[in-house]
Amino acid sequence: MDLSSINPVVLAAALMVAATPILLAAIGELVAEKAGVLNLGVEGMMITGAVTGFAVAVMTRNPYLGMLAALCGGAAVSLIFALLTQVLMANQVASGLALTLFGLGFSALLGQGFVGIPPPRTPKMDLGFLSDLPVLGPILFRHDPMVYVSIALVAAVWYWLNHTRGGRILRAVGENHEAAHALGYRVRRVRILAIAFGGACAGLGGAYLSLIRVPQWTEGMTAGAGWIALALVVFASWRPWRALLGAYLFGGIIVLQLNLQAAGVRIPVEYLAMSPYLVTILVLVVMSSGRARKTLAAPGSLGRPFHATG
Amino acid sequence: MLRLEKRAQPSNFWNWATPLLAVALTMVAGAILFAFLGKDPFAAIKMIFWDPLFNPQFAAYSRPQLLVKAAPLILIAVGLAIGFRAGIWNIGAEGQYIIGALCGAAVALAFFPSPGWYIFPLMVLAGAAGGWAWAMIPAILKTRFNTNEILVSLLLVYVAEKILAAMATGRMRNPDGAGFPGSRNIAQYPAASNPEIIAGSGMHWGVVAAFIAVIFTYILLHKHILGYQIRLAGQAPRAARFAGVAPARLVVMCLGFSGAMAGLAGLFEVAGPARMISIDFNVGYGFTAIIVAFLGRLHPVGIVLAGLLMALTYIGGELAQFMLGLPGAAIQVFQGMLLFFLLALDVLSNYRIRLSWPEAA
Repeated sequence: MDLSSINPVVLAAALMVAATPILLAAIGELVAEKAGVLNLGVEGMMITGAVTGFAVAVMTRNPYLGMLAALCGGAAVSLIFALLTQVLMANQVASGLALTLFGLGFSALLGQGFVGIPPPRTPKMDLGFLSDLPVLGPILFRHDPMVYVSIALVAAVWYWLNHTRGGRILRAVGENHEAAHALGYRVRRVRILAIAFGGACAGLGGAYLSLIRVPQWTEGMTAGAGWIALALVVFASWRPWRALLGAYLFGGIIVLQLNLQAAGVRIPVEYLAMSPYLVTILVLVVMSSGRARKTLAAPGSLGRPFHATG
Repeated sequence: MLRLEKRAQPSNFWNWATPLLAVALTMVAGAILFAFLGKDPFAAIKMIFWDPLFNPQFAAYSRPQLLVKAAPLILIAVGLAIGFRAGIWNIGAEGQYIIGALCGAAVALAFFPSPGWYIFPLMVLAGAAGGWAWAMIPAILKTRFNTNEILVSLLLVYVAEKILAAMATGRMRNPDGAGFPGSRNIAQYPAASNPEIIAGSGMHWGVVAAFIAVIFTYILLHKHILGYQIRLAGQAPRAARFAGVAPARLVVMCLGFSGAMAGLAGLFEVAGPARMISIDFNVGYGFTAIIVAFLGRLHPVGIVLAGLLMALTYIGGELAQFMLGLPGAAIQVFQGMLLFFLLALDVLSNYRIRLSWPEAA
């Protein structure tokens, strides 16, 4: 065992990369849940994004086109969920599960010809003197653009939810859909758009995994990242900045356990590899118990179907 | 314009007609998918649904497989259905299945190679207890800390998979296996194996257990006060509370029962068809069982039919993979689509579709 081989600067830099896919998926799901929709299909949307993004990036040799395709792919499958739950009034839990099961199979089917192919490289940003700063440079300013896009997205979602009319309508729909409906807001339309946004974000998160973080396509490569993103929304108490904090925390755990594996700590690899899931469960327990629960503030209509009568 | 009007009572006719319609629609959609993949859609559908049962060339092998594949699906699905009825979502059956198999296998490996009639029954107990214990984690976290059982049970699947890998390459590895991952062959250890009871039928103890579980669940759900409470809790949680149903007890009961069933399914699998603990021991029965539960309308008898049909898609899918080169993932997509259609068509049993024009405001 050689713990001194773990370089804290490299670790901190890798943390942001590891956190970005779950952050992207979580911020999308956060918006959907704020609109009162519980979409358990995040894993399915992520993996669909991962494969569409990868396929398009390989075919066009352009990672950004791939990410655009992932955005569309994630949104497209999320619309199946929207159709089921918003138009056909199906159970949200079951529909979300269906989306995950379908997405895992569908992606495996699409990705058949792409196993073992390297994707086109996504260049790192060069932020001039910022990138050359000692310590801070490699940690903060030498990443691919998507890391910064994800942070900007968190800021944008925060601003939009709290400081714009559209955001207030979305929150009203999520808190009390009957009241929102009585006020004349289109509950169903708002929710469908929120679901599509969630799907697009999850798709992008998936593409980040297959194009940048891993970078490779393998079946089932999301390996629960979508579920961790769902837990992250609870951890964040439905607040965007807390989602960022949570994602970096998880990113830290993922990177740390990978580094411990590499350093040859005398714990079997499998036990280290289960730590992100165990930590997620632990966090869920802490967040949903006792006093913490009062400050959780889950949207009032979360998971409840809405059917306008009259 | 089409408008939905909620029915006062779900339609009994559509309740049973939707699964059939969903299967039919899935076949159509599946045929289109297979055509896109460059396969003859009619040949593929026939190979999946007809040939395993009736083609003289394949049926001798395939027919027994039907029970072998259906048993774990049915066993897990009846357990899940009870929880789903009550609005308690155990979606981590795959993990409970793995832990059940590991516990059962641990008993077998501990006694190896001594004979003894008591070994297999002990394994059955260990398998059920393992699945039960694994399901108790989300149950206790739910009742004690109000933690979401959906996320916890699902996350525990990944943990169980890691434990499985650790066991297959570590503690449970076959000491005479030249260092390859995987345990001793339990199916070849007479005191611990789960053999075919009637040769050539595919009937093993797991099938018997599934049969008993179906009858038990039927009585529980439809003839027992607990079943009434479960259905009440699912349909009207507030009314259930006024009627004196203790939600915590229900959570522990439902998760515990479904966990034990999944654990049993894992045990029978590892001692029989799968033969040993290996890294890729689990093949997703725990997730497919969710589809089986819904396809069977959360009703024990429906689940038997749904389990057999799902088993058929597995067997036919393998056959089509082998004979037509149909990708294995296509069957997974097929199963996913089935659930989509099923959920979509549910609208027919809960709502009336009316043709109307929006009134001029």
